[in-house]
Amino acid sequence: MTMTMTTLQPKAPNPVARLFLGSFGTYLVSFGSLFILWHVAATYVVGSALFPSPVGVVRQAIVLALDGSLWSNTRISLARILSGFAVGSVLGIAIGFLLGTIPVAKRFIEPYTEFLRFIPATALITVAVIWFGIGEASKVFLIAYTTIFIVIINTATGVASINRNKIRAAQCLGANRFQIFRYVQLPAALPFVLTGMRIAMANSFTTIVAAELVASNEGLGKMLWDARLYMLIDDIFVALICLGFIGFAADRLFRWAILRFAGRFSPIL
Amino acid sequence: MSLVSFASVEKTYASRSGTPYTAVRSFDLNIAQGEFFCLLGTSGCGKTTILNMLAGFESPSSGTLHVNGHSIDRPGADRGVVFQGNDSLYDWLTAAENVELGLKIRGVDAVKRRETVQHYLSLVGLAQQGSKHPSELSGGMQQRIQIARALANDPDILLMDEPFAALDSQTRATLQAELLQIWRTTRNCVLFITHDIDEAVTLATRIGVMRAGPASTLKEIVTVDLAPEDRVRTSERFMDVYRTVHALLSDEVAVAQRQAQ
Repeated sequence: MTMTMTTLQPKAPNPVARLFLGSFGTYLVSFGSLFILWHVAATYVVGSALFPSPVGVVRQAIVLALDGSLWSNTRISLARILSGFAVGSVLGIAIGFLLGTIPVAKRFIEPYTEFLRFIPATALITVAVIWFGIGEASKVFLIAYTTIFIVIINTATGVASINRNKIRAAQCLGANRFQIFRYVQLPAALPFVLTGMRIAMANSFTTIVAAELVASNEGLGKMLWDARLYMLIDDIFVALICLGFIGFAADRLFRWAILRFAGRFSPIL
Repeated sequence: MSLVSFASVEKTYASRSGTPYTAVRSFDLNIAQGEFFCLLGTSGCGKTTILNMLAGFESPSSGTLHVNGHSIDRPGADRGVVFQGNDSLYDWLTAAENVELGLKIRGVDAVKRRETVQHYLSLVGLAQQGSKHPSELSGGMQQRIQIARALANDPDILLMDEPFAALDSQTRATLQAELLQIWRTTRNCVLFITHDIDEAVTLATRIGVMRAGPASTLKEIVTVDLAPEDRVRTSERFMDVYRTVHALLSDEVAVAQRQAQ
């Protein structure tokens, strides 16, 4: 038995360290080569003013960063995503747990979720603007809307897939309903919840850009729209790359959280 | 007064085909404090149904079921359960945290919790493995965690549902010996479900042989009066008991096989 222990040991060094130590170098190489490829394609292959080289884009990014507009647009889009995402996640987790634990609730709520989740948030932009105006409220609503269903479905699946014996064992230890939730259902469903949130985060980016393109006075989507109007091709690329980086960072954050809090049991990753 | 008493217990399940299925009928059994009672039967004879009713996971269709004079209607901390597989362990907790959970639920303070956890981990031979997660431990060790988790909560009776069935024979023999050792020190009342005659004779103070299902009931109870040193296959006294139980069970195996065809 001691043999098995020692052979298992090397697996233990924590997954978080492995992710960052191992991946950081590869990230650098892979992003670096992407920029080189882009540079070669833009300068030597295409050679058109409509396809700027990364050097010009970076220069423009510095200009926009220095005049503060890049920072404020990014901050506004990010704030919208985060607040909508938070509202959608909290509601989604609560409803998901309800669906997963109480069969009657499932029968009542499921028609709503099954119906509404097929109406994309982008289709609701017009309604959202009419209802909530062109400001923050409509954006938060849309992000929350796009987040909630994925989180509900993932949470409910997570809760429903908990092994019956895990619940029974807790009951035999004297757990009441709340303690079963706190000590068994919540941690057991966590990998599913985080995975749902991770997918929802990606959707939030799609939704915020679409919403800001159509109806907004600020934000990265608005920046894209204005740049198109005035044919500022470098600005378009700055906005695109900015979105890519924020999205990438947010996704890494979720990957890290999944590994940190639920890593070794997660069916995904 | 006996600790556990079943009186004319019947359990009938509604089935999808419409005809109800009676798993056990007229089941009577009394288990006293400190007994190690093995319920032995062929697969499908309803022995797990008996355990599930006693644990409070299912309720009898008719008849009465008492533990310590209280009627059973739900699971409770007075009846600890060790499940067959490892799927009842909390894989996000370490071995020590698994054992600690019952104490936490009952509101025991942290210092006492640590002491108790350490005591029961040592009792099952996992003193050094407390910080490992169940997935890092072997099948045998996982069952030890389950035993420690159940015992740490100090139940009146320990219910074990074929806990060693999925283990290889060496590990099973080791765990049987350890369980006996633990039982001799704690003198907890144990209800142990098994289909293995060998296991029953090794462990039990009494063996209840069940009839083949459906509508199963107890066929006969065999008292196992063996000294600790005789609880090995090589002992002649062990083989005497084995043959007695085997004779009782083999008819039921034949019935079960006929039904399966």
